[in-house]
Amino acid sequence: MAKLKLAVYWSASCGGCDVAILDIAERILDVVAIADIVFWPLATDFKYKDVEAMADNSIDVCLFNGAVRNSEQEHIARLLRAKSKTMVAYGSCACFGGIPSLGNFNCRAETFQRAYIEAPTNVNTDHVSPQTLTKVPEGELELPDYWDTVLALHQVVAVEYFLPGCPPPVELTNKVVDALASGELPPPGTIIASDKSLCEECDRIKEDKKITRIYRPHQIIPDPKRCLLELGLICMGPATRGGCGQRCIKANMPCRGCFGPPPGIIDQGAKMLSALASIYEANDEESIAKMLAEVVDPAGTFNRFVMSTSMLQRKHL
Amino acid sequence: MNFEPKIVGFLCNWCAYRGADLAGTSRMKSTPNVRAVRVMCSGRVDPQLVLKAFQLGADGVLILGCHPGDCHYVEGNYKAARRISLLKKMVAQFGIADERVHLDWVSASEGERFKNIVNEMTERLRALGPLSRQGAKYILTGL
Repeated sequence: MAKLKLAVYWSASCGGCDVAILDIAERILDVVAIADIVFWPLATDFKYKDVEAMADNSIDVCLFNGAVRNSEQEHIARLLRAKSKTMVAYGSCACFGGIPSLGNFNCRAETFQRAYIEAPTNVNTDHVSPQTLTKVPEGELELPDYWDTVLALHQVVAVEYFLPGCPPPVELTNKVVDALASGELPPPGTIIASDKSLCEECDRIKEDKKITRIYRPHQIIPDPKRCLLELGLICMGPATRGGCGQRCIKANMPCRGCFGPPPGIIDQGAKMLSALASIYEANDEESIAKMLAEVVDPAGTFNRFVMSTSMLQRKHL
Repeated sequence: MNFEPKIVGFLCNWCAYRGADLAGTSRMKSTPNVRAVRVMCSGRVDPQLVLKAFQLGADGVLILGCHPGDCHYVEGNYKAARRISLLKKMVAQFGIADERVHLDWVSASEGERFKNIVNEMTERLRALGPLSRQGAKYILTGL
């Protein structure tokens, strides 16, 4: 069998996904045995023009991590889509917008104002901020056009498989590698994770789901055996897809929701809001006000990884 | 032309829907802006339904249930009170004025109260104006 051609790209994300691919450790040798890496800016020295020179559909698999928030990322997403037979949204940012999609609570002007003018570590007395086009004596310089709205990969190009996680766990990456090696690929559109919610997979002791106050993670050291939600921590388990291997739960930290909503749920944030409000014991105005004060940032907490694919998608401008 | 807000109303089967019926059979006049959806309980109103209404173009969402202590299912309306309160805080963060979501109680005998709540909600939304994405300062992404 001819070797598979593999491309990896890093878009609007922290770079953790690129590193997570290397976390499969010595199995990277299996990947190299079955695949030629034709494009991977982090690890190899191929340029955009090398990809542009390839024939359409000549790349077998593209692992694309990161959301899409500017014109360069859109260009590369479209380019890699045209050149690849199989597109994999690798990681929560590519699948749902991820942490960068929290930028959808602002628009471009607000983000630039904060990042380049207001941030306390800035020294920018001339109020310089990035311009798409800049005239200099030698000609015109161009930067990618930065958008108001952060998008998930499938909102820009067609995607065959989704591999969620921040970053995707080694076991699931291995599953993809195995599927590629054997040629037995799941049907397009598959989310490569569990079909259950995280709570269903979690083996902590769950008793009476009633809480009277909400703690933030730094405020208590939770009992490592008991349900974190019952202890008053906002654990996203009820509204989050399982399959992550309970990495956070095993580290005694509440789930933050990086696997996105479980099957049948569209809006992870609304569902988590519903679950949390249901178990909070508050039947009068005073205790409801207490609950509202304790959930400091509902929109950001419940949609931490999924703003781009949430029902409202972004702040109303 | 005057702006007529579109309001999606989720009315509980046991109290609010009957209160609305009473308002109708008593020939009380209220604004025709509410599109009523009968649900079994205000506690059945999944926050996703409220967001979906906004997504599909509603200017406001009205949720009406039984008075506290009167819920047919004992505590569905208390759950609604907690969920909708938290949801109002969340939609405000999305730049949607929290008056656009309103939870209130109407018993089966309160046709007058139903009429007043609907009229007041319509007035509030008329003052707020349409919730439309037109005019939003989107950078066109070409998508």
